Amino acid sequence: METARRQWIYAWLMLSPAMALLILFTHYPAVQTIVNSFYSTPRGRRKAVWIGLDNYQTLILDDVFWKVLMNNFWYAVWTIPLSILLSLAMALWVNDKIRGRGFLRMAYFTPTVLPLIAVANIWLFFYTPGFGLIDQIRGLFGLAEQNWMGSPDTALYSMIAVAIWKEAGFFMIFYLAALQTIPPSLREAADIEGASRWYYFRRVLFPLLMPTTLFVSINAVINSFRLVDHIFVMTEGGPNNASSLLLFYIYEVAFDYWDTAYAATLTVVMIAILILLAIGQFFLFDRKVHYK
Amino acid sequence: MFANFLKTASVAALATVASLNPAYAVDLEFYFPVAVGGAAADTIEQLTAEYAQANPDVNITAIYAGSYSDAGQKALTAARGGTPPQLSVLLSTQMFALIDEDVIVPFDDYLSEEEKADWIGGFYPSFMENSQTGGKTYGIPFQRSTPVLYWNKEAFKAAGLDPDVAPANWDEMVEMGKALTLKDDAGNVTQWGVRIPSAGFPYWLFQGLSTPAGAILANSDGNKVNFNDAKVVEALEYLVDLSKTHEIMQPGSIEWGPTPKAFFEGEAAMVWTTTGNLTNMRNNAPFDFGVAMLPAKERRGAPTGGGNFYLFKDSSDEQKEAAVDFVQWITAPEQAATWSIATGYIAPRAETWETDKMKAYAADFPPALVARDQLEFAVAELSTFENGKVTQAFNDALAAAIAGEMTAQQALDEAQAKAERILKPYQ
Repeated sequence: METARRQWIYAWLMLSPAMALLILFTHYPAVQTIVNSFYSTPRGRRKAVWIGLDNYQTLILDDVFWKVLMNNFWYAVWTIPLSILLSLAMALWVNDKIRGRGFLRMAYFTPTVLPLIAVANIWLFFYTPGFGLIDQIRGLFGLAEQNWMGSPDTALYSMIAVAIWKEAGFFMIFYLAALQTIPPSLREAADIEGASRWYYFRRVLFPLLMPTTLFVSINAVINSFRLVDHIFVMTEGGPNNASSLLLFYIYEVAFDYWDTAYAATLTVVMIAILILLAIGQFFLFDRKVHYK
Repeated sequence: MFANFLKTASVAALATVASLNPAYAVDLEFYFPVAVGGAAADTIEQLTAEYAQANPDVNITAIYAGSYSDAGQKALTAARGGTPPQLSVLLSTQMFALIDEDVIVPFDDYLSEEEKADWIGGFYPSFMENSQTGGKTYGIPFQRSTPVLYWNKEAFKAAGLDPDVAPANWDEMVEMGKALTLKDDAGNVTQWGVRIPSAGFPYWLFQGLSTPAGAILANSDGNKVNFNDAKVVEALEYLVDLSKTHEIMQPGSIEWGPTPKAFFEGEAAMVWTTTGNLTNMRNNAPFDFGVAMLPAKERRGAPTGGGNFYLFKDSSDEQKEAAVDFVQWITAPEQAATWSIATGYIAPRAETWETDKMKAYAADFPPALVARDQLEFAVAELSTFENGKVTQAFNDALAAAIAGEMTAQQALDEAQAKAERILKPYQ
């Protein structure tokens, strides 16, 4: 009885520092955000008042919100699989014993180390019509100049390309680490059995990498909502919100329009989406991940 | 340990004594943003130090607060937290938002009738349009600018145009633009006639079209807009046609950042951009260039832009008086001339242009006068209550029309409806 209680006390003591921080900086603000979404935005001359679901009604009628949500959907649909595939391919390539392996690994990892804001400035000049790098190369082949960031058809995809380029190197590191834990005896056994490289990858390597894939894909999902820094530098969401994403829109509403209550409402929607995705990934995906 | 404690305590005690000392009677904090590069921050700090030296009873700290929008956020956050700076330079278009937040007070209460007439009355009226509402003065013009047209004289000569004459009106701009647009053998454009940046915040340069067309976008109470006025539609159609019909401007939205570079590289022969770029152009253009007022339609016209001084509410009367005194000092001719020459911002009072310093500068570099002379025709930058949202609705409409997603009329009708919904509580 006495030891059980003491263990309880220990447990709480151990948990409390982390829990205090989590509650103070994560849970309390999240709850406060939900509460705020039911009030009007306080202005100096008018205090916040309870307005029930008005903010949510505004949200449903807000065509910018729906546009931004669709943009975010396409952003996720492209960045998640492409960055994972690319990182896996790069990891397999630099895991082999090839010449200049150290250099290649470093080259692939560089985009991750560089701050996104700085990188966005470089990409800005890649995309610039006329004298930008891409157009100069296109010019060699006699192709017309293309306003990548300035046309609604290509603005979002230009942002997606930057995000994939930025993320893939980071994910590659996880795959590389995972690949190095796989015993070489498996490869040798497969060779003796006469399995092709592709068969070995499909039936042995890839299943063994599944826990890493789960981890990486969760990160990719989070990043598809979180990685918006380059939009500030490159397009500011334009033209006509063609490259705006949910988090960027939240920032705009909160800090450019100073409409904090509506920003809280948008944040609630974003948190709900992220929670749903996380639940989906952990509960459905997790069961099939481990190699049995 | 104890010795350390004693030391800290005595330092704290000294500090208290120091703050009671009349030599440091008033503490002032002042936020300033920098929008166009390094020289501005150094100049402000240098001027503040000069003021502090001349006024030992005022302890003034100038705090660099980032871009305009960063500075706005920081000042507002501090004001909401109850510890605002006494003074801040923020966008002139934020006046209504700051009034709405109840964080600023008008300058009038801290000025004598005489000062109101001489000092307030001495600023260019077009700058005061964004600084006054309801008969009170909430902003004092400081780092203000206006857009102008820069043209490449070599390109003009090569196209067989008179290199010393810029387009005076819309039709001439199209005509000259056609002569200046060059294509290679494959039919790809190597030099555009004109470049009007539109990415991010198209409304500002667009006001350089809507104003000449004869439209005023918002009323001075900041609660009504005229986005779908026939003249605004005409201006937007003209802008769209520059790319679509006349093919003298790159299609799609055009970035601000690379605009000076596009000019230097010969990518565009005429560019519209702020006078804040004047010093940059002067130092870096590899060819002879000219600066002109924006072309006219029904009349000449352009918006003003940039930042004003605001006086924050949550401070003592002594602080406010000291703050007003500082603003009067820094906008006085000598100081304003130093500031204007270092940055390219337009000195906001006519008397500044009478100083020897300013006269010498203008004689050496006459384009500096173009922006000043344009002020006669300039109007307020678009500013309303809920400014961010209303301006965004307008920006979205402009972007949609530029991208060809909607006609000018459709896009502007939609923006008008949106803005009316947003402004309803303020009417």
